[in-house]
Amino acid sequence: MTEATLEKLKILAAAAKYDVSCSSSGTVRRNDGSGVGNTVGGVGICHSFAADGRCIALLKVMLTNYCMYDCAYCINRRSNDIPRATLSVSEVVDITMEFYRRNYIEGLFLSSGVVRNPDYTMERIARIAKDLRLIHRFNGYIHLKSIPGASRELVNEAGRYADRMSVNIEIPREQSLKYLAPEKDHKSVYEPMGFIRQGVLQCQEDKKKMRHVPRFVPGGQSTQMIVGASPDTDRDILLTSSALYSMPTMRRVYYSGYVSVNQYDSRLPALKQPPLVRENRLYQADWLMRFYQFRAEEIADESNPNLDLEVDPKLGWALRHPEAFPVDINRAPYEMILRVPGIGVKSAALIVSARRYRHLNSSHLSKIGVAMKRAKYFITCGELVAPSIADTSPEYVRRLLTARKSRGENPLQLSFDFS
Amino acid sequence: MIIYRFDGSFDGLLSAVFDSFARREKPDALLTPDGSLPLFYDLVHQVETDSDKSGRVWRKLTKVITASARAALTSAFLTDNPEFPILALRFISRAVTSPGVSVETDFSDPAVLAVLKECRRVRGEAHRLLQFVRFQKAADGTYFAMIEPIFDVLPFAVNHFADRFSDQPFIIYDRLRDYGYHYDGAELKRVVISSDGYHMQTGLLSEEIMHPQERLFQDLWRAYVKSTAIMERLNPRKQRQDMPVRYWKYLTEMQK
Repeated sequence: MTEATLEKLKILAAAAKYDVSCSSSGTVRRNDGSGVGNTVGGVGICHSFAADGRCIALLKVMLTNYCMYDCAYCINRRSNDIPRATLSVSEVVDITMEFYRRNYIEGLFLSSGVVRNPDYTMERIARIAKDLRLIHRFNGYIHLKSIPGASRELVNEAGRYADRMSVNIEIPREQSLKYLAPEKDHKSVYEPMGFIRQGVLQCQEDKKKMRHVPRFVPGGQSTQMIVGASPDTDRDILLTSSALYSMPTMRRVYYSGYVSVNQYDSRLPALKQPPLVRENRLYQADWLMRFYQFRAEEIADESNPNLDLEVDPKLGWALRHPEAFPVDINRAPYEMILRVPGIGVKSAALIVSARRYRHLNSSHLSKIGVAMKRAKYFITCGELVAPSIADTSPEYVRRLLTARKSRGENPLQLSFDFS
Repeated sequence: MIIYRFDGSFDGLLSAVFDSFARREKPDALLTPDGSLPLFYDLVHQVETDSDKSGRVWRKLTKVITASARAALTSAFLTDNPEFPILALRFISRAVTSPGVSVETDFSDPAVLAVLKECRRVRGEAHRLLQFVRFQKAADGTYFAMIEPIFDVLPFAVNHFADRFSDQPFIIYDRLRDYGYHYDGAELKRVVISSDGYHMQTGLLSEEIMHPQERLFQDLWRAYVKSTAIMERLNPRKQRQDMPVRYWKYLTEMQK
């Protein structure tokens, strides 16, 4: 462990940073007293936040950024002339343990470029997890990338030590993927996903029959799609996510706004800035699918295959469906209250339990935490808060809600030009 | 206007509830010793903290609200909101006078909502300790961390660290309240450190008492945090939102 390690860590952290997954949730592992570390269930712990506002929960690093593939969207593609480095197994293990003991991180997120062949790379990844668990008795969180093309035996080996595993789809439609990464296809992604899923299901099955079954990827799997590198629409992306979420082990789909890392490649769009708003809308849509009981087809229907960048997808749905409103706060079922723009999961739950005691009015709602600014056009609560969307028109409500506040200029104040 | 004053302890709060029933009064304010009296009032009653009285109220509470609601109440009590004691008194009074009805989910009642909101604030701060405690390794192998949380939440967080780092001796010290916990690898003890060394003043270990490899790992961590940020997406506002600036003082990655 020397200054040379520092340089390598810089290169390999920078190489891994475009992978967005950082969660450390989904597993509970108590420290049995013989080792170091535990994993808290429920919400994970984010230990720091980088200058780009993204959380740092895990030591996200690549084993090596040498890669035999030449995918157009990837910074580590073979044809890029960038500094390359490789960390040894013991270096990764040491850094992880020392960082963990100082409470810098929740665990390790290990990824790698593919060197020699997928099996060779996968074996080294699995080795690190095994060393951490068995030699260092490490009970923290381990997230491993499964290398496309690796054999089932190696994925199973890695799965015994990992909390979560992931394979990135990167491009939602296969034809776009083949265009940007001719050496890859969707089979190479879905196959390792299938290995992980089968491993988890096998483990659950065994648990019914046997008392002691080794854990297998208890945190499930996640994946990621790049947004804006291919012409795929938001509808394509969301339908893919929704299909993935129907897999029993898929916990999270991440979206990564494409940062133009390979500007010379003419197959990619020339973006000045990553599509951050679009990425944000996709995450909002993802939340609607996971916590608000929306279906992908509702969020982006055939006539609107791309999400509205001006309003969030929930408000967008409400504006397209004025017939569903106004919702009676004191009577409507929980599912409908969830659909009101301005009411989140927490406030919806509070409303449903509070209305058993008394009739709720708008002052109760705003104290509970409802964003009345948006919600007032979509609800009734026995008093006239605002003309509802059913009495006016979606266009009118939209105009009110998207009106920009002009800074420094009061719209009620006439301005005179004195020059 | 009826004003109660109490000593600021949780037993004091429960005694105040007892007194308000014994005296058949509904106080309009419940002040801690440093709370100042309003301009006009009719009556001031000084609540004597009495474990018999508070015990009776608490035993009644165990029968009328759930364990998680009692835990929320005790967590929320650590808040710095001066309005909270009177709201808590109203919450408890309502709970003990509504037999058969659990009032803890009536979020249209300002007192019930206040318990929930203050509990969220306090537990949020406790969670931030789990996030932002940073240990430095001393030459003798002890890991040292200084903290300055806005509420007295170290007792909530310290068991997490004792479980997680069960084989490593550590000290976590709350500088504002001047106490900490020392874990020696087996037992967790509350300690008050009277020494006035460099590390007690700044929260940072000086070079002499630092472990020989500590500097290297701090440098590694700083380099890691720097290179994991994507420069095209800089968002310092979000960074400050999720990692309040008041924590930066003791964060290894934010130094130098």
